Amino acid sequence: MSALFAADVNVAQNVGFYIIAAVMLYGAVRIVSTRNVVHAALWLVLVLGGVAAQYVLAAAEFVAVSQVMVYIGAVMVLFLFGIMLTRATIGSEDGLNNRGWGLGIPVALLLAGTMIWVIVDEYGSSVIESPDGPMPTTALSDVFLREGLVPFLALSFVLLAAAIGAIVLARKD
Amino acid sequence: MYAVNFLILGALLFSLGVFGVIARRNAVMVLMSIELILNAVNVNLIAFALMNDSAEGHVFALYVIAVAAAEVGVGLAMVLMIYRNRRSIALDELSALKG
Repeated sequence: MSALFAADVNVAQNVGFYIIAAVMLYGAVRIVSTRNVVHAALWLVLVLGGVAAQYVLAAAEFVAVSQVMVYIGAVMVLFLFGIMLTRATIGSEDGLNNRGWGLGIPVALLLAGTMIWVIVDEYGSSVIESPDGPMPTTALSDVFLREGLVPFLALSFVLLAAAIGAIVLARKD
Repeated sequence: MYAVNFLILGALLFSLGVFGVIARRNAVMVLMSIELILNAVNVNLIAFALMNDSAEGHVFALYVIAVAAAEVGVGLAMVLMIYRNRRSIALDELSALKG
């Protein structure tokens, strides 16, 4: 706890981080454990909003706004429509989990343990300097239109193909 | 701000998403868990961009967001089609390709 108040660490930023992170982790646990599909979608909104808040803390405001618009605005509407169109019952239901769902617990614990061990081993003592301010959007556009131009154009075709593919797949004929 | 904060948060979200993909039987719930995994990756990308004070990580996170949006669109269209044909989206019943 004393490390939290070291001279080069921004205390308010850390406290905000821990509060948001606790809310996000609780929401993520509820997503994978709840028995109501609609509740899982609404917990997912909380987690995605928490991710956007972490982006603001990490000085990535353009990405935070994109996260809110794309995920909370568009993807969640798609999820709620998907649930509405594929579900007969309202309320909690059985059979949301596989028979061998318990296998996921050791796999997830092993994965988390390994990754946390590696992260603490490598970055355990490093402190990120407080940024001067948010990353300017002009810096992002410089990358998008120079080194990132080819993947940017490729991504446009991916989005077009996905839109056409989704229409063709979901069309009634 | 400690570097491990963001990275451990990303690792925990990733593990919870992997657990969801393994444990869930409903296809829409599996897609939600995949969203958790992609967001964990994005948290890591933004953390490394903050460490190196570079814009590339932000750009890569935006690419991931766009691909995730496309993936959810196509994935939910496939789920709808499967539901229309079989009246069920339980993944363990989709064994037509099993040898």
